[in-house]
Amino acid sequence: MTADLSLAMPLLTTADGRPLKSALVQAQARAKRRAFWLVAPLLAFVVITFILPIAQMLQRSVYHDGFSASAPLTSEWLLSTEAGAVPDEAAYAALAADFKTMKAERTAGMAGTRVNYTLPETRSLFTATARAADDLAPPYKAAFLALSPKWGDPGVWQAMRSSATPYTADFYLIAADYERADDGSLQKVPDNQRIYIYLFVKTAVLSALITFVCLLLAFPVAHLLATLPMAQANLLMILVLLPFWTSLLVRTTSWIVLLQGQGVVNETLLAVGLVADDSRLNMMYNQTGTIIVMTHILLPFMILPLYSVMRVIPPSYARAARSLGATSWTTFRRIYLPQTLPGIGAGALLVFILAVGYYITPALVGGADGQLISNLIDFHMDKSNWSLAAALSAMLLAGVLVLYWLYDRLIGIDNLKLG
Amino acid sequence: MKKLLILSTALTGLAFAAQADVTVMSWGGAYGAAQNEAHLKPFTTATGIKTVMIDSDNPATPVKAMVEANNVTMDVVSLEYADAIRLCDEGMLETIDPAALPAGADGTVATEDFLPGAITECAVSTDIWATIWAYDSTKFPADAAPTVASDFFDLEKFPGKRGVRKGAKAVLEFALMADGIAPADVYATLATPEGVDRAFAKLDTIKDSIVWWEAGAQPPQLLADGEVVMTTAYNGRIFNAAIAEGKPFQIVWDAQSYENEMYAIPKGAPNKDEAMQFIAYATSTEGLRAQAQYISYGPARKSALIEPLIFSDGKTDMAPHLPTAPANMTNALESSFEFWVDRDSELNERFNAWLTAN
Repeated sequence: MTADLSLAMPLLTTADGRPLKSALVQAQARAKRRAFWLVAPLLAFVVITFILPIAQMLQRSVYHDGFSASAPLTSEWLLSTEAGAVPDEAAYAALAADFKTMKAERTAGMAGTRVNYTLPETRSLFTATARAADDLAPPYKAAFLALSPKWGDPGVWQAMRSSATPYTADFYLIAADYERADDGSLQKVPDNQRIYIYLFVKTAVLSALITFVCLLLAFPVAHLLATLPMAQANLLMILVLLPFWTSLLVRTTSWIVLLQGQGVVNETLLAVGLVADDSRLNMMYNQTGTIIVMTHILLPFMILPLYSVMRVIPPSYARAARSLGATSWTTFRRIYLPQTLPGIGAGALLVFILAVGYYITPALVGGADGQLISNLIDFHMDKSNWSLAAALSAMLLAGVLVLYWLYDRLIGIDNLKLG
Repeated sequence: MKKLLILSTALTGLAFAAQADVTVMSWGGAYGAAQNEAHLKPFTTATGIKTVMIDSDNPATPVKAMVEANNVTMDVVSLEYADAIRLCDEGMLETIDPAALPAGADGTVATEDFLPGAITECAVSTDIWATIWAYDSTKFPADAAPTVASDFFDLEKFPGKRGVRKGAKAVLEFALMADGIAPADVYATLATPEGVDRAFAKLDTIKDSIVWWEAGAQPPQLLADGEVVMTTAYNGRIFNAAIAEGKPFQIVWDAQSYENEMYAIPKGAPNKDEAMQFIAYATSTEGLRAQAQYISYGPARKSALIEPLIFSDGKTDMAPHLPTAPANMTNALESSFEFWVDRDSELNERFNAWLTAN
């Protein structure tokens, strides 16, 4: 006796006869499409103003055609021969032709700048040779060596070789404190020129410290804001937000007035008698200054996420724990703190990422030992070495992404709550 | 509704027509103010072309960004000599024809009237400025005041903090001159690794007492605050603080390094012809003299120095305050743009490493 399964389980249909399952799938797909089109303008905005510029910056960190575009014939010769090959008459002929073009189009400076990044003092060699380019006649090798003996230096040819392709890892090498030796192999930069790795580590450590101090200061404030009655809480909230709305430069320069050697704090301590005149506290134009001012500026970013998470924590849990005999400390540690963890995570992530990228405050109050990696990125932008600035920024971005991934693994991005 | 639309469109159109014609980017502070009074305002009065002054820490920085992005918003920029040469080599500036520059007030043709090196392919000199060092005279008794560059590095005799510009240029030369090297040998010494080491060793002796500045207006502020007792500075800023604002600052000309300040036109500037007119006006004898009456930078034309220059307060004679005055040139160094064009990136790398190291 075989049961008729089609009778036992009839197919569910909608009012107009379509199978329910496929109708549901269709309706969901339509809803998703509509949602996508609603978000599309914002997505386009983010892609154009955010993703594309970052992609362009990343491309710049590996691309510099200053030499390869201005001196194509020489680049061709360099790429067709091996490293260490002695340049022959053909190479010098190609170089002469390139210099004549460079003089006509005024691109010798660009080419010289690119080679100068690898080997200093080559820039003036290029511009001087370009000025005399029209007088170059065969035999070219002798003509070049007569202009300057540097044209016979294998170091110069090696530097041109590494500049011959527009795509290069040279800027990442510099950003990691490496350089190329004369034969093309990698070696670490001399001790007194190593800064980048040291600054990356220092930036991370200082940002972590600032995040921790912000957390310590923000937690009680947020708790107070969350537990006070609405009227008082609103008033205190205005006090938290007002500095937030004041210009960053105004806040930073106010701190200079407060903390400098002859500033308000030192003068007060001197008047009270806590410090002597020649042992004033050194709080400005050094690392201490950077930490204090950046903590102040980043504090609202920690207070607000913590506040919005704390506001929705029901007080009944803490009361229940106390009624069951827990001490204040145990209640805080085992009941209250875990519930605020999403807010702590959000605030810490926000403050850390902001601190890592800050450069105005360290530039104004940091002096010599309060400098962060972002100040060097700004320095290289100023000096028009955009490729190196891009390489340093890319490394910073990579570091932050790694930290984000770690955070996701340990705590989970879904556990991040801003309110 | 339609009338409102037409009216508002017409008014918006008018707003576009009323935009300034020549935008000048300079260094701000007392220098920018001096150029505003001496060049921009008289130019507008004389020709009717409107001018706008924009301030910046270093106008050379945005030039490359603007030219590469094809979005040049400045017509005229004020550049240091080495930056002007470098940007010209990189094709970031328009070329300037010396024939377009007016003759001097005494009839000398422009190319002869300007001091040697004052006209380059893409830039024209407006003044000669110097990096000097100054101290607060109330901090030291008159008979025990610092007089030579080595006093700047003497923390025992002259205790207190020092202000120094954050960068290798002019700082390394200053350190070498304070260490006893004559100006004629400075760049030869700096070209050797031992010379660079020597300069950094000299700076190491005061490193912990240095407050680093980046903007030209900071040194007078640091001196006034009492944060430093001696500082390197651009000479015109200290002069303005001392004479115009009555501060007790004293300039020391020993171991000064001077160079030309140039006007240039970024490539692709929106109002190139008006910009050229502006530069011709500003670098004429009258224009250079006018600026020298507001700030103590030496005019770059010989004809500008024939008659005495009086400061805008009506009584101070500018001659002894100019970097090129004979009394100030006894131990002076002409900043070498060839050296810095070549060694800029390398020495600044070394400087940054030295700065952050402990």
